[in-house]
Amino acid sequence: MGKVRVLVGTRKGAFILESDGKREQWSISEPLFAGWEIYHVNASPVDPNRLYASQSSGWFGQMIQRSDDGGKTWDPVDNKFVYDGVPGARQWYDGTPHPWEFKRVWHLEPSLSDPDTVYAGAEDAAMFKTTDGGKSWAELSGLRQHGSGSSWAPGAGGLGLHTIIIDPSNEQRIFIAISAAGAFRTGDGGVTWLPIYQGLHSEHVPDPHAEVGHCVHRIGMHPSRPNTLFMQKHWDVMRSDNAGDSWHEVSGNLPTDFGFPIQVHAHEPETIYVVPITSDSLHFPPDGKLRVYRSRTGGNEWEALGNGLPQSDCYVNVLRDAMAADKLDKCGIYFGTSGGQIYASSDEGDNWTTIAANLPPVLSVEVQTLA
Amino acid sequence: MTTIRVAIPAHLRTIAKVSGEVELAMDGAVTIGAVLDGLEAKFPALQGTIRDHVTKQRRPFIRFFACSEDMSHDPPDTPLPEAVRNATEPFLIIGAIAGGSA
Repeated sequence: MGKVRVLVGTRKGAFILESDGKREQWSISEPLFAGWEIYHVNASPVDPNRLYASQSSGWFGQMIQRSDDGGKTWDPVDNKFVYDGVPGARQWYDGTPHPWEFKRVWHLEPSLSDPDTVYAGAEDAAMFKTTDGGKSWAELSGLRQHGSGSSWAPGAGGLGLHTIIIDPSNEQRIFIAISAAGAFRTGDGGVTWLPIYQGLHSEHVPDPHAEVGHCVHRIGMHPSRPNTLFMQKHWDVMRSDNAGDSWHEVSGNLPTDFGFPIQVHAHEPETIYVVPITSDSLHFPPDGKLRVYRSRTGGNEWEALGNGLPQSDCYVNVLRDAMAADKLDKCGIYFGTSGGQIYASSDEGDNWTTIAANLPPVLSVEVQTLA
Repeated sequence: MTTIRVAIPAHLRTIAKVSGEVELAMDGAVTIGAVLDGLEAKFPALQGTIRDHVTKQRRPFIRFFACSEDMSHDPPDTPLPEAVRNATEPFLIIGAIAGGSA
């Protein structure tokens, strides 16, 4: 039947939720790293007991924690994230140059084949890599030193590298996204990077051909179709079928195409999920109704899924890293809110249950499907 | 060789996996910088949590106190008071009551 482990990062610690394959009864762990911001907890796809957590604090800075036993015990590993060479400057909100400053790790993406290799997406935007299980980190500075780097400016939440997607057919090919610099692709394991922007249009970017400046909120990919990417941009839900060389809009009949996460079904590459949010200035769902929208056609045609979700007086947000899918049959979908709820569906989104009701504000959700 | 007492914030005690004050054996001058060096050598996980890895600058929301005196802005080669050197008083590393949006 299998088992499911949900890894939740919140503003005040991490939590691990577990259930058997029925996904009806859930246990919630004590808080891990209580009191710290946990931007992300993620697991190695080849060693389910190997977990990594990004732990940070305004007082004490960045820690990276590692577990080798599925989250029962943890040990800090190296937290020295130092930009390569002379970092120089990028843009501040007002367009003036601002020195690169490391603030935190937003996202940890373990390699698809080696539990000791992990990519870390940082604020200020940079990509780091460890090949020794976190004992040391080195910047893949070709990204930040891309010719556009000095023109990158932060989104409201900071200049964060939040999305890292490794192509399972070629691990040297990696897609990343930065708020609000845009999306990039490497074909050589992170040495050189190409902005992938054709077809992206953003109100705040007057040049329709601008390589960078697009506030990409999240990118999703089904592992069986590594050339097809789905993007939730600041506004607009976008799709590419050529690995990001060009994008077209698939917002279709969504009530609003602003939002943060985008998730692909585990078994159906054309089934995708978003959580529409009212607007960039109103970070809560339209009409006080929390609804996930599902498209079974790879975009454009969307259906609202609200059965079991609050349908009145709901004013939470769902952040970009706070949605995930399990690999059971039927595929389970999970998301966490700024109100501290974790909602889960064990039937592809048709029905939802609250599996945690009162956690701190949720920053990230990952799911492990275990044997 | 002398042994001094260092009090660190609760969150850093968790990181260092200790409870209560930390005892540090000091060889040589007992200065702010030497105490931080000794603390980080004994508990490598604390590197970067009190001062920057590279610049060695104190993190903004960390404060240093000894014998009711704020030593946060003193240079690293500042000797600590006699009462800290002889372990009558602890050297206090404190998380400032500031910041936080949640």
